[in-house]
Amino acid sequence: MASIGKIARRTFLIGSAAIVGGVAFGAYYVSRPAPNPLKPGEGEAALNPFVLIDQQGVTLFAPRAEMGQGVKTTWAALIAEELDVELEDMRVLHGPAARAYYNSAFMADALPNRGYDVSDFQHSIGEVLGVLGRTLNMQGTGGSTSMKDGYKRMRQAGATARETLKQAAANRLGVDRDQLKTANGMVQAPDGTSMSYSEIALDAAKLDPVESDLRPRSEWRLLGKTQPRVDMIEKATGTAEFGIDVRQPGMKFASVRMNPRLGAGMNGFDATEAQSMPGVEKIVDMGDGVAVVANNTWLAMQAVEAIEVDWQEAPYPPETDQVFARIAEAFDDEPNSTMRDDGDADQLPEGAVELTAEYQLPYLAHATMEPMNATALFEGDKLTLWCGNQMPTIHQWKCAAEAGLESEQVEVHTTYLGGGFGRRVELDFSILATRLAKKMPGVPVQLTWSREEDMRHDFYRPGAIGRMRGAVKDGAAVLLDGKVAAASPVAQVMDRIAGLPAGGPDKVHVEGFFNPPYAIPNFRMSGHLSDISIPVGFWRSVGNSFNGFFVESFIDEMAHKAGIDPMEFRLALARQEWAPAAGVLEAVKEMSNWTGQTPDGVGRGVAMCYSFGTPVAQVIEVFDDDGNIRLNKAWIACDMGLALDPETVKAQMSGGMVYGLSAALFGEITFANGEVEQGNFPDYEALRMSTMPHTEVQVLETQKHMGGAGEPGTPPAAPALANAIFDLTGKRARRLPLMHDFNIWT
Amino acid sequence: MSTTLRINGKTHQVDLPDDVPLLWVLRDEVGLTGTKYGCGVAACGACTVHINGEAVRSCQTTLADVDGEITTIEGLGTPKAMSIIQQAWVDHQVAQCGYCQSGQIMQAANLLTDNPTPSDADIEEVMQGNLCRCGTYPRIRAAIHSAAQKMQEA
Repeated sequence: MASIGKIARRTFLIGSAAIVGGVAFGAYYVSRPAPNPLKPGEGEAALNPFVLIDQQGVTLFAPRAEMGQGVKTTWAALIAEELDVELEDMRVLHGPAARAYYNSAFMADALPNRGYDVSDFQHSIGEVLGVLGRTLNMQGTGGSTSMKDGYKRMRQAGATARETLKQAAANRLGVDRDQLKTANGMVQAPDGTSMSYSEIALDAAKLDPVESDLRPRSEWRLLGKTQPRVDMIEKATGTAEFGIDVRQPGMKFASVRMNPRLGAGMNGFDATEAQSMPGVEKIVDMGDGVAVVANNTWLAMQAVEAIEVDWQEAPYPPETDQVFARIAEAFDDEPNSTMRDDGDADQLPEGAVELTAEYQLPYLAHATMEPMNATALFEGDKLTLWCGNQMPTIHQWKCAAEAGLESEQVEVHTTYLGGGFGRRVELDFSILATRLAKKMPGVPVQLTWSREEDMRHDFYRPGAIGRMRGAVKDGAAVLLDGKVAAASPVAQVMDRIAGLPAGGPDKVHVEGFFNPPYAIPNFRMSGHLSDISIPVGFWRSVGNSFNGFFVESFIDEMAHKAGIDPMEFRLALARQEWAPAAGVLEAVKEMSNWTGQTPDGVGRGVAMCYSFGTPVAQVIEVFDDDGNIRLNKAWIACDMGLALDPETVKAQMSGGMVYGLSAALFGEITFANGEVEQGNFPDYEALRMSTMPHTEVQVLETQKHMGGAGEPGTPPAAPALANAIFDLTGKRARRLPLMHDFNIWT
Repeated sequence: MSTTLRINGKTHQVDLPDDVPLLWVLRDEVGLTGTKYGCGVAACGACTVHINGEAVRSCQTTLADVDGEITTIEGLGTPKAMSIIQQAWVDHQVAQCGYCQSGQIMQAANLLTDNPTPSDADIEEVMQGNLCRCGTYPRIRAAIHSAAQKMQEA
């Protein structure tokens, strides 16, 4: 059994524990040992397993939310690489909500550097700060962090398990451990004897875990190569369990209507009609909304719609134009941050030509394919929760508070997520399911939102305004001075999760604004925070989603003002600042055979954004189809530093771009009477098979650090498309969605 | 109000009002959760099933409207015995979040029945009603072409 004394001195220690029929390897959280670390008592050390070996075989734990990004497969591959097992023979589980599954990369990303310019020293500081993720109880999936977080730690878990199993086999055979080899879940001796991990698991459980160096990249079997995804067969056969598919004995189906004026309360309601509708079993007052429990979800939705509710007024300006006027007021206040201030941005350099532009971007919904839902069972001293979520420990904590229990009394089962995109970081669906379950002790209840309820109760990508001023001289940018105003998702999320104000410069608000990898001598970028209370949250790529548009649209305007090809203009600025940024531009230039010229009726645009550690360049080609604008082709290049699974990276880059293009063409959330006007996909269209451009992706690995994959494909999409439309039509898109100002082919 | 349904070759008795959409009969009453709720207004295709081999949006088909043999994703094949089209989905590693894929596969299966050798334009025409927020369209297209080829060989 592992010695636990070292934990206080070590940030990440692989321990082990005996289990029925075998052994588990994992990480400890607290420092006091428990007789059974898999089921510790109060204050005792819990071992949260990453590897479990029993008589049935090997199980790997990937405690990150699988929302389509392939994390379950690549996380398991990190362990399997060192453990010498084959992925197709493994069971891969998400595991429970647990503190030892903290995400170390969350805190590293919060450091106030530009990202691409971090020294090795700063990188190490980032890793040490990662320990804070553990003490803050942050088991989470988001910010494109999973691979940065798991890369070292999971290979260590696999290596320790392997060496301990070898030691157990060596003891049994009476040979030295280094004479043994491992492959395919077996230990092999020089004389040809071999034994499976299951056979020696009980012996291994009696040993102290044995540490080992990690294998160099040249010896990798799985990492760096594309692996078949472990969730693919389930997803092709309808057997993958999403939150909405959870079925428990005796379960009831419910639906909810909360105040469409977001954040406001309810004066009262009349449920007389709903009461007598078919299938209805219970009407529940949810405080600032109502829920209906029935024997069928659709019957619950029909009944909840039939309730007459007297809603209170919105705590924000009720009409869209008033909302944006209010956001613009933030420019009158001191900036929250000026994270870039190089040279003298007040002074127009002599002989330079000045230009200005203002851009405005709408609120956006996440619109995951699976509407929000959660299933809860309250049993007095215990709450069990099933849902797809990106933050299991936080859901555990907040639902405990809602139920009047301690976190330890709440069991969270994380299912597959039918899309996340940042929406399932939020807690509202679990808290509402808990509130409902508490009214029905002993009865499992599944709460499902209608699509309309989902779209009208999101935590939106904030509406944002960018005011840009720049100057060009001798064909180059000599000044860039920008201001962005929007509400802050970080400030709101900190308040929702912890009830704490967010202090200091809000880096997320200006990400992609203060740190585009371009060398511009006079360069000042400021962030202004609006306190408007419309709920906002993390929408795939977060601040980069609007800042990327402001910067890359304006850089394009500057290139045209300077009379230089927009590709060459960017390349010149990027080469002087950071080679990988220039590298991705070079790559798309070559892939698209960019000449700076397009035939009549064809337009091309380029954009390059650096986000979540990854520079991504995109070229989009559009054409005029009898007066309508159609997307034809897209070329994407990204520099990952290290691509652990190249096909998964390509899928994420292409999918991230589609998410950005859908929003650019059709996406907007607007307000009337304080209520969101859009309710379903016909009002919130997206790219479809017929409007999808033919796409090629190239994955480079030249930069020093490993970049994220889930989000960086999104920011360049909208500006590359808008720049292409400018090339085609000569008309600048200074607001989105494009469908309002251009004829888009659908 | 008992209604008899034939689903994936089996007979089921359900006791629900006539106007309940087939989607919610399958999911909440029969327990076949592979068919998904996405929009409820026939705008996303996640709920696509077959009735007598024809693809329909089960969110717009009431219990009273059902007239024939229903096939859901579970009836098309199973993890141990996948249909050719499901195997093509796995070969091309199509799914990301996977939520829309049951509907995509059911729509594609119907396409290949009607048109065993579809062109890109044919695929776009038939599949445009099926939304995928992860943007897996290029791999869906490739999987359909490859399933078409396998079916020709079979």
